[in-house]
Amino acid sequence: MATLIQPASDTAASTGPERHGLSDARLLELYRTMLRIRRFEERVKELFLEARLYGSVHLYIGEEAVATGACAALEEGDVISSTHRGHGHCIAKGLELAPMMAELMGKVSGYNHGKGGSMHIASLDHGMLGANGIVAAGIPISTGAAMGFWVRGSQEVALCFFGDGGANHGAFHEGINLAAVLKLPVVFVCENNQYAQYHALQQDLPIENVADRGAAYGIPGVVVDGSDVLAVYGAVKTAVDRARSGAGPSLIEAKTYRFEGHFLGDPEPYRTKEEVAQARASRDPIVRFSAALQQMGISGVERLQEIDDAVRADVETAVEFGESSPEPGPEILLTDIYSGADADGRESSGEKTEAEQVVPRDRVTEVASREVRAQGPQAG
Amino acid sequence: MPEATYSQALNMALREEMRRDERVFCLGEDIKDSTYGVTRGLYDEFGAKRVVGTPISEAAIAGAALGAAAVGMRPVAEFMYMTFMMCAMDQLVNQAAKMKYMFGGKAVLPIVYRTMAGAGRANAAQHTQSLEAWFSHAPGIKVVMPSTAYDAKGLLKTAIRDENPVVFIENKVLYATAKEDVPEDDYTVPFGKAAIRRQGRDVTIIGLQRMGEVALAAADQLAGEGIEAEVIDPRTLVPLDIDTIATSVQKTHRAVLVHEAHERAGFGAELVTQIVTHAFDYLDAPPVRLANPNVPTPFSRTLEELSIPSAAQVAEAVRTLLK
Repeated sequence: MATLIQPASDTAASTGPERHGLSDARLLELYRTMLRIRRFEERVKELFLEARLYGSVHLYIGEEAVATGACAALEEGDVISSTHRGHGHCIAKGLELAPMMAELMGKVSGYNHGKGGSMHIASLDHGMLGANGIVAAGIPISTGAAMGFWVRGSQEVALCFFGDGGANHGAFHEGINLAAVLKLPVVFVCENNQYAQYHALQQDLPIENVADRGAAYGIPGVVVDGSDVLAVYGAVKTAVDRARSGAGPSLIEAKTYRFEGHFLGDPEPYRTKEEVAQARASRDPIVRFSAALQQMGISGVERLQEIDDAVRADVETAVEFGESSPEPGPEILLTDIYSGADADGRESSGEKTEAEQVVPRDRVTEVASREVRAQGPQAG
Repeated sequence: MPEATYSQALNMALREEMRRDERVFCLGEDIKDSTYGVTRGLYDEFGAKRVVGTPISEAAIAGAALGAAAVGMRPVAEFMYMTFMMCAMDQLVNQAAKMKYMFGGKAVLPIVYRTMAGAGRANAAQHTQSLEAWFSHAPGIKVVMPSTAYDAKGLLKTAIRDENPVVFIENKVLYATAKEDVPEDDYTVPFGKAAIRRQGRDVTIIGLQRMGEVALAAADQLAGEGIEAEVIDPRTLVPLDIDTIATSVQKTHRAVLVHEAHERAGFGAELVTQIVTHAFDYLDAPPVRLANPNVPTPFSRTLEELSIPSAAQVAEAVRTLLK
């Protein structure tokens, strides 16, 4: 069975929250990151409702502690894979708000030049291997990134975010099993926000915890309070250190709650307003961390308010950047399909591929002049 | 220059490329012992981290290759049979093929997805289906179908050096039957350059992979009747060398397309469209397709043979076309 990591608040009365060796500055940085996610998402919601932003948009509000705590446990060069609910992962991995917002608006100045949008936002330069429109698809991909590190013997770690719905996908089994048998440096973080689209998880999961499935692969399965950023950090840090040491993958289940619908516009017929209100009142990760920071004497209310004000200003700058950016033009519709080739896969003129460095011998006429014998289907 | 089979030629390509570039590694099911010999001996030379045996998990194989490429490696993933790729279609088409475009061009994904297709070994329907048209339909993937040992080596080396996902389709019969002198030195065969396997003036027969041999056998029969067929091997479907094909049809005025895949919406349909687009005014008759007649591949050797085009059928189609 999965190990349960106790939330920080449970131990707060005696010793204060466990800060896992993080400095005051880093703790405040975690707070700032969570707020960046919250304020970005709130603004995205407003813009969507005002029809200033369009498409399929899935908000991360309520789950900020998971991305923030998990990404804080990573080092430079480590990579993440993400989900359809990926804005929080992007921000926690260090992507900038302005090109993110521009991407959500389909603008050419976006991270993907408007070709990806909310569900495919990515920045390989930041080690962010992409949001993903397909549930659980990031599990084999992050396993592959870890395989790449393992083959070349480098020290990076891959971290895979996926949802509770993804835990029932075939890619979950194939990917985690492959990672486990090869002891690849990857950490699987299940964000259990209780609902797979419109479906309550307990209807789809015949066991108590997704993390219990770790036992099936012989890897640690850990349940953590996903509303507690320090608890998430601690659990993921242990798993990342383990992965980097060569001991293989871990499965962490962060129990969290999706404050918003599955997508913007979701009428939420599957849960009551009271349930959502109760969750917002009792398990808001930002409220909790704010209280913890004050309790630890790291920051007063005023300092936290200053951080919030600065974050809101950053988000406004991002909105202005996105809205003032040009729409992509027809000249980029058919670019970026292939590397070094046109839309039909033909080598682009001027660009030399690696293959061209070896001059091919022209065998066409040689082969044409030679008799090629047909072989019967049973031969060989 | 030693004689090598198609399978041995592929092995040479893998070995040479793995020696040349440490980023190249193989992954797949049973590749250490290599069921069909293509990866044979590589484990002994390169070890368990360059020749990575995997569980029977095609989606994980496809996705792992993609993830490894995204962090700078050059994986060569093997699917033992092309039909097994159906277990991995999300990773292949939704992920690998689209990633570069979706990401605004910033992903460079040098991946070779090797697999084996074609009929002729009584593997029955679930191990026999030629899906080149499926992958040709997916923007972002290149599709390669070598038909000779020489091309097998040269095209695989090109595929490994390419910066894109390449579906590299090998042929299960040709593994052993196609053999010729294959140079031990470093050479590549470029993508997008068709081979004219036989020159002729009366009809252009385009045969995909092993059907090229069937086309050549038909051409031999026809030659005895004074009919000279030109036989073209496209070698790569994406990119397609339509110039060579159109030039030939403009000369011969007739086209016959031969492949092992099902006729309906097969790659022959694309070839007919391209030929009509590029050589309509030169055609004396509608192009003719010969293919699997839209039936799952039967087990019985007798039935299996009936399900793929024969030299006699190709020759007869040409005679009818010339009447």
